Amino acid sequence: MFGIPLPILLGQLMLGLINGAFYATMSLGLALIFGVLNIINFAHGALYMMGGFFAWILLQYFGLGYWYALILVPIIVGIIGLVIERLLLRHLYNLDHVYGLLLTFALSLVIEGVFRQNFGVSGQPYDIPTALRGGFDLGFMFLPTYRAWVLAASVGICLFTWVVVEWTRLGSYLRAATENPALARAFGIRVPSLITMTYVGGVMLAAFAGVLAAPIYQVSSIMGSNIIPVVFAVVVIGGLGSIFGAVATGFLVGLLEGLTKLIYPPATNTAVFILMVVILLLRPQGLFGKRNY
Amino acid sequence: MSWQKTAWLVGAVAIAAALPFFVYPVFLMQAMALAIFACGFNLLLGYAGILSFGHAALFGSAAYVCGYAAKAWHLPTELAILCGTAASGILGLVYGILASRQRGIYLAMITFALSQMIYFICVQAPFTGGEDGLQGIPRGTFLGIVNLSQSLNLYYFDLGVFVLALLLFWRIIESPFGQVLRAMKGNELRTVSLGYDVDVLKLVCFAMSGAFSGLGGSLQAFALGFASLDNVQWHVNGDVILMTLLGGLGTFFGPVVGAVLVLSIQNYLASLGGIVTIVEGVVFATIVMTFRRGLVGELQPRLGRLLRAWTRRGAVEQASVDIVPGAKQPTDVAGSRSVA
Repeated sequence: MFGIPLPILLGQLMLGLINGAFYATMSLGLALIFGVLNIINFAHGALYMMGGFFAWILLQYFGLGYWYALILVPIIVGIIGLVIERLLLRHLYNLDHVYGLLLTFALSLVIEGVFRQNFGVSGQPYDIPTALRGGFDLGFMFLPTYRAWVLAASVGICLFTWVVVEWTRLGSYLRAATENPALARAFGIRVPSLITMTYVGGVMLAAFAGVLAAPIYQVSSIMGSNIIPVVFAVVVIGGLGSIFGAVATGFLVGLLEGLTKLIYPPATNTAVFILMVVILLLRPQGLFGKRNY
Repeated sequence: MSWQKTAWLVGAVAIAAALPFFVYPVFLMQAMALAIFACGFNLLLGYAGILSFGHAALFGSAAYVCGYAAKAWHLPTELAILCGTAASGILGLVYGILASRQRGIYLAMITFALSQMIYFICVQAPFTGGEDGLQGIPRGTFLGIVNLSQSLNLYYFDLGVFVLALLLFWRIIESPFGQVLRAMKGNELRTVSLGYDVDVLKLVCFAMSGAFSGLGGSLQAFALGFASLDNVQWHVNGDVILMTLLGGLGTFFGPVVGAVLVLSIQNYLASLGGIVTIVEGVVFATIVMTFRRGLVGELQPRLGRLLRAWTRRGAVEQASVDIVPGAKQPTDVAGSRSVA
């Protein structure tokens, strides 16, 4: 294909898939939150960065390794999300939804500023846990174990979220609240706590992605700023309609980036946005979107 | 224009003319550039009710175009500024074509992603100087006579442009076009049913907003003598929103006040690194949570009431300041009118 040797092509696609795994997990959280709260959580990038940083802090100051971090960090960041939703976001629901966007943007400034003030902008290395070092030789390419794990873990967490939303009682409440909050309330579903839970859930996904990312990219205060524009573009491309759309588009965009890096490297960073423009012109509601927002 | 307004204008210009003897001129020039930028942004959000989250690219790319025109094409200063303004006007139109079919949050995200695309183009394009930025933009001469390389001369030139820009802005928002924009914000469907082509209105509004942003960017390029990636970065998208909100959405002077305040915060805290971002974030969050009408928006009705009570001129109808369509506003403006 394009005269590129197969191992290199597959290697780039693999890298693309890894990036895509992060985009998918992040945009899944955004889509969930948007579905119920009708706001775009701009702080998503900052919370993802927080996830990576807390993993690093746990290791550095408390001696708690990767596996502890994978469980503890989403819980800690989830609690922070709980506070944000209960103290601040809650008061904006009956205003125009752009205020939610502006507030979460302001929060992301504060969070990022706090971490930049304390840890600077340079990256902090985070070692791959011993159990996941090394890799497999697949014959046609070398696959590092950690990357395989990231892929498996994020696909796993996305599937898990999907199962929760589509197959459980809680999920059906959630879908009811997305569809028609007033009616759901009339049936005795506690929509306000459901809203809180959704926000916390979305935030935990971002923190989980942050921990997964820590050993691959270095932990730094700007890692959230770097990923959030792409994740937004992913959400626009996929359309805010469906969970499946968010995940699929995440991986798709990752692969596209990987391919662009091979074919025309200077456009690697712009490719996503060009795709977004094309999609907007041809299908404004996004690939998987149903309604116009 | 009534004689009072003329008197206010003359007084304000006189104060502005004396200012550079007390305040660093480059700071003032930057403040004026940002104020024009914020006014352009206000036209979209404050008057038409459209939240663009990608105005940094309109501001920053104009600085590049203007700087390049002055440096590489050796255009005179005023023509270079026109180039920057026109470029951003066109870019604003492109924004409008791509984004204005959507609304609300979706539109904000599209403009955000567009500005990010322009950022990456600026990082890589040959004429922007990449990470180094476009250095050493010559300030040139005005009409080939006045030497603008002196800060004071450039300041008075900028002041002239600034006053003209504000007058033009006033003309736009008080024209029938401005009224229709407000109507569109209030109720888009009803505006359509009155026979206005809302899509075209939005495009024109985007282009105008882009042109104002571009004018601001061009002035800043000459004031600082360079154009850099800092202006195109996505945080600037938030900065301009902060300026406009802090000053007061949909108020004429709000963005000007906001621009001066935000620039002051940035300048005084610049040496403290992360603190600037924290302070900006806290101020931003406070405004969104508590006083969404901004400083001018909160103070203007009160000052107006005071003045009126003082001069016993009776109640003058004042348009209530709604922020964004659908936003439920406290009704104290309307309520107080019956009291006054």
